[in-house]
Amino acid sequence: MSATAATSQVGRSVPRLEGRAKVTGRAEYIHNLRLPGMLHGKIFRSAVAHGRIRRIDIDAARRVPGVHAVFTSDDVRRLIPDPYYGPAFHDQPILAIDKVRHIGEPVAVVLAEDPHVAEEAARLIVAEYDELPAVTDEVEAMTSNVIVHDVLKPAGIFPDLKHLEGRKGTNIALDFRLRRGDAAKAFAEAAHVFEHTFRTQPVMHTPLEPFVSAAEPGDGTLTIYTASQSPSFVRIEIARLLGWPENRVRVKTAFLGGGFGAKLYIKLEALVAALALLARRPVKISLTMDEQFFTITKHPSTFRIKSAVAKDGRVTARECEVWWNGGAYADIGPRVTQKSGFTAAGPYDIDNVSIDSYALYTNRPPAGALRGFGIPQLVWAYESHTDVIARALGIDPVEFRRRNLLRDGRPQATGTMMKDAAIDKVLDRLVERLGWSRSFDRGHGTVKRGRGLAIGFKASIAPTTSVAILNIYADGSCALYCSTVDMGQGSDTAMAQIAAEALDIPAETVRVVHPDTDVTPYDMATLGSRSTYHMGHAVKRAAEDARAKIDALKGELGLPPGSNVPLADLFRRKYGMQAGNIVGVGSFVPGYASPDHATGLTPNATPFWMVGGTGAEVDVDTETGHVSVARLINVADVGTPINPRIVETQLSGGAIMQLGFTMQEQMEFAGGQLLNPNLADYKIPGMRDLPARIESEAIDAVEQGGPFGAKGVGESATFGVSPAIANAIDDAVGVRLMELPLTPEAVFRALRKDGR
Amino acid sequence: MSATRRIQFTLNGRPEAAEIGTHETLVELLRDHFALFGARESCGQGLCGCCTVLVDGRAVSGCLFLAAAADGARIETIEGLAVDERLDPVQEAFLECAAFQCGFCTPGFILMTKQLLDENPSPSEGEIKHYLSGNLCRCGAYPEIIEAVKLASRKVKSRTPGDAAP
Repeated sequence: MSATAATSQVGRSVPRLEGRAKVTGRAEYIHNLRLPGMLHGKIFRSAVAHGRIRRIDIDAARRVPGVHAVFTSDDVRRLIPDPYYGPAFHDQPILAIDKVRHIGEPVAVVLAEDPHVAEEAARLIVAEYDELPAVTDEVEAMTSNVIVHDVLKPAGIFPDLKHLEGRKGTNIALDFRLRRGDAAKAFAEAAHVFEHTFRTQPVMHTPLEPFVSAAEPGDGTLTIYTASQSPSFVRIEIARLLGWPENRVRVKTAFLGGGFGAKLYIKLEALVAALALLARRPVKISLTMDEQFFTITKHPSTFRIKSAVAKDGRVTARECEVWWNGGAYADIGPRVTQKSGFTAAGPYDIDNVSIDSYALYTNRPPAGALRGFGIPQLVWAYESHTDVIARALGIDPVEFRRRNLLRDGRPQATGTMMKDAAIDKVLDRLVERLGWSRSFDRGHGTVKRGRGLAIGFKASIAPTTSVAILNIYADGSCALYCSTVDMGQGSDTAMAQIAAEALDIPAETVRVVHPDTDVTPYDMATLGSRSTYHMGHAVKRAAEDARAKIDALKGELGLPPGSNVPLADLFRRKYGMQAGNIVGVGSFVPGYASPDHATGLTPNATPFWMVGGTGAEVDVDTETGHVSVARLINVADVGTPINPRIVETQLSGGAIMQLGFTMQEQMEFAGGQLLNPNLADYKIPGMRDLPARIESEAIDAVEQGGPFGAKGVGESATFGVSPAIANAIDDAVGVRLMELPLTPEAVFRALRKDGR
Repeated sequence: MSATRRIQFTLNGRPEAAEIGTHETLVELLRDHFALFGARESCGQGLCGCCTVLVDGRAVSGCLFLAAAADGARIETIEGLAVDERLDPVQEAFLECAAFQCGFCTPGFILMTKQLLDENPSPSEGEIKHYLSGNLCRCGAYPEIIEAVKLASRKVKSRTPGDAAP
């Protein structure tokens, strides 16, 4: 801390601290990890969507030279009698027990020193199943006779799942219900009623570093190295499974080669933990790109939305029914269902709201969080619906939105008052950038042009806890210990900036220690755009605590508090040599009130509101259905950016990812079988899929409750992309698409259906 | 998979040899024999570009390219690009433009950009997009990558041969 910061540390576009390591190929990923004596595991997976396991024949695999062992759930249960895990339900077995519930479910594992040997041996495993009928559609799952889980087993962490304990004969893993005002009465009195059903498709995160975890047994201890967004959760869950205290399980991460919500909770960690303890050797499992598609996906959804509109264009009531296809294991789906349920009626001031949001089990690969926690699926529906209503009533879509917009100081559907949510400003800025009031070139010949916009908002995560430690060493340099995982979003740099601001030193001098549960303190997880706000507060408090301790030390040494004696001298005076530490600790738990079970109402639904909107200009080829996005404008309220440059890249990156989910990506199933689990057949956006122009902007805003006015950013630009483009297509050619993705085929069919 | 053979090659300018399995890929050779992790297997199909390696000056997909085929070749990886502590202009440009997020695809993009600028020192935006269409970035850092390629082009052109020495 000899160097004093010349300028403010927050609000400065500090280059990423790890930039040099990344451009030289030397950044550390778990992907690179090799441990002495390590075995590689290869998973044998179910080929049926739903079935009772009759027999697993592992003899041929065992006999392959070089194979160390082949394990099934029988072996796992010798070690862990009840080997079921999950953040919401303890429903997912480490390896399939008695039944398989989706294609690609892990059934057995081969261990070998040579991964090629393990792979070859895994091909020799034979499993026979008594196939059962499968349910794959989320709406059918509500009433289907096919039951994915015989009995529901809530994990006990979330109070709103308690009523599901022991429930049988249902696929409903959560039923969130919100009732505000009197929707039935408002519908009866409405001048206009509109009802639509929108759907979204199954897609996958496809982080380019596929899932990878390793476990290393020690003397009564276990170290897990994992590409995980939630190291603290992993430790707690593995300790629970093993019946060990937390202090015997150590979880370490490195940089993640992308996460996007995929690498949360338990993915491979429980499996490698069990295998390493069974084999008494370190075990690493690195999934291939194909295998990722069977591990976690984004919820497909069906959303029936119905609005009552008065003569003056005010929405007086809205009814929402949302069905989330959670796949075979709940993962965090019930949380997605509830949290997104809060805002399913959209960023509008509506007095009478009825929301039912259902998490469903089906025989699909599990679904979890994906950059937006359900919000992009909802915004797709409510912002498409909003445009349809505006057009039907002959009201300009912007004017219609303005007439109904939810503004600060007004209660949102949950009853929570809106604050620091610049929904109006985001809309205004989009309108301005689009030049909405100016005349617009509508194209010529067979290529028609259109434009559209959409806005969305999101409640953040709570209840939740973050803890940080700031350690000042005897030479005055310092390190920040926090369990936030840098998966590309730039959290190391942002956290260093926050600590540096509080300590008045250059951010570049702060060393950020990566998550290691033996070293870095608890953090719920890196998810839901929560880190800047929640961990940011903890880091700020840790730095302030360190600063207070420095002042106390100065006092102890008889120096005035403002004295500029270098830190190294303070340590030397105190300890007589270069020795000692000053350790600052900070923690943060935001206020939150659980919604009432019967009404979904709560005075405090969220620590902060995220707001994002998108404007799009498109060219539609009426002969081929091809849509090219000429301009994509993403505007968000992220409070006051800690690092403006990184914020901008988070906005454009999020929008580009959502552009893939909007225009091209789709996991194709045929009878429970996944047809395209690879990047040849499942196309993610490349350079040539980019809009001709992409613009991103964080509006001038302050989050009063945030550290230095900041709040979350990672998901905001995903909200509006899909409906903005669908609205622009409608504007161009007058067809309304109700289902994602907006492929040329879908557009072409819609055009031809209208007899054009 | 027991057949092995000995191959010789230069790796980032140094003569090297290795006893390899005939099924081994270039990524495995670099990772398992030389602890070089900058070329990374991701899609496993040669579609994402994360495993890009230069073999005799040509970019190849290291996850599909058999190590045996590199016998006698000149292999260059991301780790060999910086000379001592001095970054290559393409690396500098990626740093300055913040042209990465998670960094997993970055070495592939940098090597591909290097090859692009060798062939075409002043590529247009269309040419950049076309040339780099075989490299995928799931974080969506494409706008910054395009900026970085343009900056690298300016840097390479302005660097006279005399500048190469530190």
